[in-house]
This record gives sequence, C-alpha cells and structure tokens, in this order.
Amino acid sequence: MTPNLHLWLIPVLLLVGAAINGLFGRRFSRQIVSAIALGFSGAAFVRALWIALQLSSLTLPHVESLAGWIRAGDFQVDFAFYLDQLSLVMLLVVTGVGFLIHIYSVGYMWEEGGFYRFFSYLNLFMFFMLTLVLASNYLLMFIGWEGVGLASYLLIGFWFTKDSAASAGKKAFIVNRIGDFGFLIALFLMIQHFGSLNFEQVFHSVSGMPAETAGTGLLTAIGLLLMVGAAGKSAQLPLYVWLPDAMEGPTPVSALIHAATMVTAGVYIVARSHVIFDRAPQALMVVAIVGTLTALFAATIGICQTDIKKVLAYSTISQLGYMFMACGVAAYSAGIFHLMTHAFFKGLLFLAAGSVIHAVGGEQDMRRMGGLRHHIPWTFWTMTAATFAIAGFPPLAGFFSKDAILWKAYSSPYGSWVYWLIGVFTAFLTSFYMFRLWFLTFFGEYRGEAVATERVHLADSSLAPAPHEHGHGGIHESPKVMLIPLMILAVLSICGGWVGSERFDKFLSPALHGVSTGYTTEDASSSSAPERSEHGVSEGLLTSISILAAISGLFLAWLLYYRRPQLPQEIAQALGGFYQAVLHKYYVDEIYAVVFVTPLIDGSTRILWHGVDRDVIDATLNNSAEGAREVSDAMRHMQSGNLRSYAGWIAAGAAVVIAYMIWMGTR
Amino acid sequence: MVPLSYYLVLSGILFACGVTGFLIKRNIITIFMSIELMLNGVNLSFVAFAAQWHALSGQVFVFFVMVVAAAESAVGLAIIIAVYRTRETLNVDRVNLLKL
Repeated sequence: MTPNLHLWLIPVLLLVGAAINGLFGRRFSRQIVSAIALGFSGAAFVRALWIALQLSSLTLPHVESLAGWIRAGDFQVDFAFYLDQLSLVMLLVVTGVGFLIHIYSVGYMWEEGGFYRFFSYLNLFMFFMLTLVLASNYLLMFIGWEGVGLASYLLIGFWFTKDSAASAGKKAFIVNRIGDFGFLIALFLMIQHFGSLNFEQVFHSVSGMPAETAGTGLLTAIGLLLMVGAAGKSAQLPLYVWLPDAMEGPTPVSALIHAATMVTAGVYIVARSHVIFDRAPQALMVVAIVGTLTALFAATIGICQTDIKKVLAYSTISQLGYMFMACGVAAYSAGIFHLMTHAFFKGLLFLAAGSVIHAVGGEQDMRRMGGLRHHIPWTFWTMTAATFAIAGFPPLAGFFSKDAILWKAYSSPYGSWVYWLIGVFTAFLTSFYMFRLWFLTFFGEYRGEAVATERVHLADSSLAPAPHEHGHGGIHESPKVMLIPLMILAVLSICGGWVGSERFDKFLSPALHGVSTGYTTEDASSSSAPERSEHGVSEGLLTSISILAAISGLFLAWLLYYRRPQLPQEIAQALGGFYQAVLHKYYVDEIYAVVFVTPLIDGSTRILWHGVDRDVIDATLNNSAEGAREVSDAMRHMQSGNLRSYAGWIAAGAAVVIAYMIWMGTR
Repeated sequence: MVPLSYYLVLSGILFACGVTGFLIKRNIITIFMSIELMLNGVNLSFVAFAAQWHALSGQVFVFFVMVVAAAESAVGLAIIIAVYRTRETLNVDRVNLLKL
C-alpha cells in the first residue's frame, strides 16, 4: 500500500499563492508579496522533493483520485493525479526551475509597477503547469494546457500599455488556439473510440491494437492531431511564430514559460502518449520531420538576430525541435533528458540575458553591448557555463542530452542518417549563434552610448512608478537575489548531464515502455545499446563529430565577431538576397499575414461584418424597430385627448359590433 | 294599447339624440345631460319590454339604472365643478391633458 502522497497539494499550493496575491496583493508591501509567492512556490518544490526522496517506497504509477468531475453514462472523468517517473521529472523541473525563477524575479521586477500582479500570474502559471504535468487524464491535462496558455498570455502582455506587448500576447493566444483545436479533436476521437480519457484506460485499449505499419488509421490520426497541439504549444513549424514575439514579456517570464517549462508541454504530451505514437509510425515520422526541420530553420534565423532575447527565442525553438526529433525516433527518454538539461541552461541563459539587460539599462540590441565581462563578472561566468552547455561542449549538460538525441536519431529503428546530419549541422549553427551572442555581449569594446538613466522598457510603460532607486549609474552587476539563482542554474547546467542518458533512460523506462507491450519495448530498449547500430558506425565517432561541430561553431564565431568584426558585414553583402531573407526571418510573418491574416480580416469585414452582421442582423432589428415606431406614430393621433373623439370611436366601435351581430343574425 | 314598436322607436330616437348630443356638444354639462338622455332611452325600452312580456326583471333593471345614474351624476357633477375650478372652462376640447 503506497502512502497517500497528497499530490493535489502541490498545484493547489500555487493556486492559493496566486489567489492571495491576486486578490489582496495590491494592499501588501513588496516584501510581503514576494514572501507569499516564494513561500508557496518553495513549499511546492519541497513537497516535490519529498516525494522524489520517497520514490523507492512507492509503487508507480501512483494514481490519486481527488473527486469526481464528469459522469455521463459510461464516460467518466475525475479530478485525479498521476505520478510516474515521467511526471516526477517534469514535476521537479517545473517546481525547481520555477522556484529559482521566482527568486530571480524578486530582484528583476522589484522596481516595476504591478509587482503583485506579476507574482500572482507567475504562481498561477505554475499551478496550471503542475496540473498539466500531474493530470491523470487528457481532459484535466487540457485544463492545465489551456491554463498555461492563459498565464502565458497574461505575462507576455504584462506591460499591457505597450502596444507591441499587448499584441504579442494576443498573437501567442491565437496561434495556440490553432494547436488546441487539433488537441481537442484528438480528445474527441479518444472519447468516441475508447470511451475514456484516462491515461491508463486509453493506453490499455491502445496497447491491444495492432501497429499501423502499413496504412494510416485511427491511431495515426490521434497522433497527428496531438502533434498539432504540441506544435502550437511548443512552437514548432509552422506554428512557431508566436514565440519570438513572446519576448515582449518580462525576462523571467521568457525564462520560465517560453524556455524552461511551458513550451516543453508539447514534448511532454508526445512522450506521455508514446503508446499511441509507438503504434503509429507515420505520425512518429511526422513528429521527427517537423522537429528536425524546426531545429534547422530556427537555428538559421537565430544567426542573424541582433536582439539578445530574440536569439535565445529562436534558439529555444531550435532546441525544442531537437526534443521532437528525439520523440519522433521513439527515443522519448532522450527528448525528456534534453528537456531537463535545456530547462537548466536555457533558463539560465534567459536569466543571465535579463541580468545583462538590467546592467546596461534596458538595452536589448547586442550591437550596442560588448566588453561587459569585466563589468558584470558573475553574469559573465554563469552565462559562459550556459553557452558552453547549449553548444554541446563536454562535460556540460547540453553535451550529454544532445549527443543522446543525435545518436538515437541515427541508430533508432525509426531514425535515419538524414536526421543526424541535419542535427549535427544545427548543433554547429547553435554553437555559432550562441558564441556570436557571447562574443558580441561580453567581448570587444563597449558599443553602447552612456547608459540611460532609466530602463527603456520602464520608460515605455506608464505602469512603472516614476522614481527608480536602481537602474542608474552606469553598468552594474545585478543584486544578489538575482545572482544566486544564476549560480544554482549554472551548477545544474554543468552537472545536470552527468547522470547520463543511459541511466536516465533506465529510470524513465517504466513510464515510457511499461504500458506498451510486445515489439516496441524490445525495439526501443535494444536501440539504446550502442553496438547494435545498423550502419556499423560507432557512437564514439558520431560523438566526436558533434563535438567537432561545436568547436567549429565556436571558432567561426570567434573569427567573425572577435578577431575580424568587419567580416560579417562583407559576408552579408556577398550573400545578398539570402541574407536579407534570413534577416527578415524568411518573411514567414509576412507570408502568414498575406495568406491567412489579411484574407481573414477582409472576409470578416466584408462578409461577416458588413454582409451578415450589419446588413442582415442589425438591419432586421433596426427595420422592425423603425416599423413599430412608424405604426405607433400613426396610431398615436387617435389619442388626441379630445373627449368627443373618444366618444366618436366608441360609437363607431359599437356601430361595427351591432352591424356584425345583425349580419350574423340574418345569415 | 300602444304597440311595442312605438316605444322602441321612441327609445331609439331618444338614444340617438343622446349620442348626437354627446358627440357634437362641447359643454360638459350638455354632454352630461346627453348621457342621461341615452340612459333614459334605454330605460324606456326596458319598461316597454317588461310591460309587453309581463316580466318584472325589466322594471327592476330600470330602478337599478336610475340609482346608478343618480350616483353617477353626483360624482360627475363633483368632477365637473373640480374641472371648472382648476381650468375655468367647461369646454371639453380644452380639457385635453391626457393627450399624448
């Protein structure tokens, strides 16, 4: 008998924190607001740790039903939580990184208006994210899924008086809607065919079905629809466009939601639904192709960005592409492993970037930074750790997870050398744009003007209180409350991968292979054995190639942005049109605007607004009202106030009645 | 014996005189008197029928009508006095405050 874990406490703690700050935070001082936010998120983290420590005494998966929710005939959905190795990893990542970012935010947001609002949203986000991760059925997961979308919308548009922030929030929400549409249809299909949304029941039904190797069928359809949802939430092609714009939000939000946790929900759902995907190779192939293309596509855009946060945003998209690539070759544990290490180093990169932005007074353009390594040494060193980690230098975290993915992409039965080749090239690009960022920010001469007395985005925002005690007086290191999370994350970025993908895979295997039966388990577990590569290439060789890619990226960045800074300009001119296309992000936003947005707006304006709403609905209403008014206008002259005319009407009426009666009588 | 139709014709003439007076006169008192004329026209037909059919109910109705008419004229005259006091006219065309 497993002890009662009270899993529900973890999300509910955050909900309570969000509610207290959201409802009463306006009256609290900043100290109390941050104490509440940190207290509740910290308690959730401690709770998660406590569960993790008890792991050996638990029988997983552990299902905990809290209350019934929907009962309609045989169909039943409960408020129930589900804990297995997979959700435990997610739980620790979300609460751990989330808690660190909460700490960081106290420093970062200290001078902002709406301090309580920010922390209320942040706690709310964690609540929904934990609901998503711990849910035991797809519907509860969908609640969390929508909820994190809501929190993301609120936080992107945190500076809502700024027009670009408000529209970025809307864009994120609307693009996610497209993905959610696919998710919902997948749920409907499950209800129709399996009569349940519980993970256990659905997976049990699915595992009795044969794999759809030959054609496409129900499972492929469900898999593809889930992938549509995942592509929306995790910013994959073609729905990635919202993520770069989401950088309008405060930097801790970018770190927590748009790098470390929320955007990985898509990877989580694919891994969670692996039983379905295992039996739908076509869907799996689509996942792999989408992931691979996204990784490459976003990485090339990242090269030309000059905004430090935009580089990181495209980098996030690219790394998420890696995770999908891993899931697409049925190497779910490698994907989740990369998810975890990515949460560490990308969270750190964003936080460090926030620290840099903080230091130079709100400037986000890397062309106006440079030479900062002496001014902000702590930020520099932590960011260095993260940069080397993401670029895949051993023995940092990113190396292990990326290497595991690349190896699986090559050696898995679903894999192919094409995935591997694109993956390695992307690794080279990753290394290049990350070191470009690193050199541009921290090396060379400082290229900015004298630091403005006010932080730029604060000046844009009328929400901010007028006087700032901070943020003036030249380039300065961030306060300790911001540096400590940086250091912890730096340690995690360095050490996070040492657990090794093999051991990680073994840890996750009950969750990722346990439910499925038969050939998939054997295939997936055997593919992790290095000696069984189909092509006879050893893992060591491939690893060396990917390290080589990382080093050449570093070298190229060093050459172009440190050694000979005028060279990029010349290369850009030589490349001409192609450079312009990359610089403008392949004009994807413009193409979407022409293909989807403009027709939609025009159609809505001409047909739905002018045609249907104004000419049919409004016209019906207005005309009937007008008609009633005209009839009444004619009738009102009867009521003249003249007594004798009333009497006349009575007499006339009586005469009509009498005439009628006579006529009836004579008939 | 006078035939019934004579009474009825006279009753009809009286009623028609009352209606006409009601419609064409402007003085409230005259209108009031026209109403009495109509009532009495009806009364005449009641008693004529009662005598013809030897039924007492017609006579009883007439008494009822006379009682009600007396009460009505008391109230009506009071209203007329009140109207005259406030508006200083008995012309109904100028008592038209209920107009829209």
